[in-house]
Amino acid sequence: MKEKKLLGSEEMQLILQRLASQLIESHQQFENAVLIGLQPRGIYLANRLLQILKSDYHLNEIKMGKLDITFYRDDFRRSDKILQANQTDIKFVVEDKNVILIDDVLYTGRSIRAALTGIQSFGRPKNVELLTLIDRRFSRHLPIQPDYKGKQVDVINNQRVQVKWKEHHGKDAVYLSQSE
Amino acid sequence: MSELTSNHLLGIKYITTEDLNLIFETADNFKEVINRPIKKVPSLRDISIANIFFENSTRTKLSFELAEKRLSADVINFSAASSSVKKGESLVDTVNNILSMKVDMIVMRHPNPGACVHLSNHVDASIVNAGDGTHEHPTQALLDIYSLREKYGDLTGKNVLIVGDIKHSRVALSNIFGLQKLGANVGVCGPLTLIPKPIEELGVKVFSDLDQALAWCDIANMLRIQRERMDKSYFPSTREYVKHFGLNQKRLDQLEKKVTIMHPGPINRGVEISSDVADGNQSIILNQVENGVAVRMSVLYLLASKIEHYEEN
Repeated sequence: MKEKKLLGSEEMQLILQRLASQLIESHQQFENAVLIGLQPRGIYLANRLLQILKSDYHLNEIKMGKLDITFYRDDFRRSDKILQANQTDIKFVVEDKNVILIDDVLYTGRSIRAALTGIQSFGRPKNVELLTLIDRRFSRHLPIQPDYKGKQVDVINNQRVQVKWKEHHGKDAVYLSQSE
Repeated sequence: MSELTSNHLLGIKYITTEDLNLIFETADNFKEVINRPIKKVPSLRDISIANIFFENSTRTKLSFELAEKRLSADVINFSAASSSVKKGESLVDTVNNILSMKVDMIVMRHPNPGACVHLSNHVDASIVNAGDGTHEHPTQALLDIYSLREKYGDLTGKNVLIVGDIKHSRVALSNIFGLQKLGANVGVCGPLTLIPKPIEELGVKVFSDLDQALAWCDIANMLRIQRERMDKSYFPSTREYVKHFGLNQKRLDQLEKKVTIMHPGPINRGVEISSDVADGNQSIILNQVENGVAVRMSVLYLLASKIEHYEEN
């Protein structure tokens, strides 16, 4: 397994700060905006952004939820992988809210398609935006693009992008790995 | 472990402890789903399910139907009263005819013990047992145990008492198998005429005195007297039954602990359980009903995930 580092901890910190600033630019005080992290790995990114918005910008009232898209996936019974769900935790309705979906890597776009269906179970949002740390270009199966992106990378299909988080993996970094 | 070991749910006897835990973990997810503003997910939108009931049911049938609809499955219902069964058709023929209409799963209730096992040997569909005579009622046991798991977490070492008509109860047998797999101790209590003798071979404690049994247990599951299955008289009178085996608040107040009260329904108020107990704060009867939908969604979802997807050729 060959591994190449795409982002180190300092670069990641800068990117997270920039993404937080971009969110404030669009949503000011977040009176009508909510963050929805996608299970499982989007939650780390969503938590980190929430932390920056709270500590650096004193936006303490921001609502964040966790959405699991397992039951909305389009590969049920089509994949060898068994689809086991994670927890969904959204304690508010999203009716007329600006929803910001947050995930770590945007690849085929199918998870986001599922999330767009899933979020409707909590109301009809005013609009939905997408924030991802890594945008894998040229690999989309659906017409879905991020509104906010950390870094765009060109990756071929047998390569994997792995995002590591300090709180879970011990350090912040993004790797590109390829099985030999 | 993330797949059921069986393609059917025929009884709790036939599934593993890992299966039980997988069903419960998935049910946690579905319990969250059914508490959303919109309680429906699209997972089973290309699955058709036939509910075939050769015996009356209200709660189980509604609960299955709701679970199926909340998973977006297509549902057809069939009851024996209005069917060709009355015209002499065999069970396997009836079901094969339904399956020719491209149905993927069968939820069946039948008065004969073993009917679901028999069917699973002869037809090509996933079978869910919704009660087969006096044999098993696996989804009822699953929702009972799920409700206890919700309240207590781990059930290891908990004493669960089942009171009443054990002889004619499929709920009792399924509960015994399930609770034992999770490490709980099971006891039964009722008139000895309504307790099958071999039950002790399953490692079940038998009580003939309700007050002694209540002193032993942490949880009491009260069963109805199934008069429709009785070919003779098993006890002198209802009044006498109530006196010896009816649960009332006075009996519970004598205990130094709070026993959790369950009932699979339908309740005969004033017979096996008094109204103040059924509606009291120790009762989790309505939680059981709510959990029934989540548990059945979990079972149907996990079984459907094993049905092969249609591919050309």
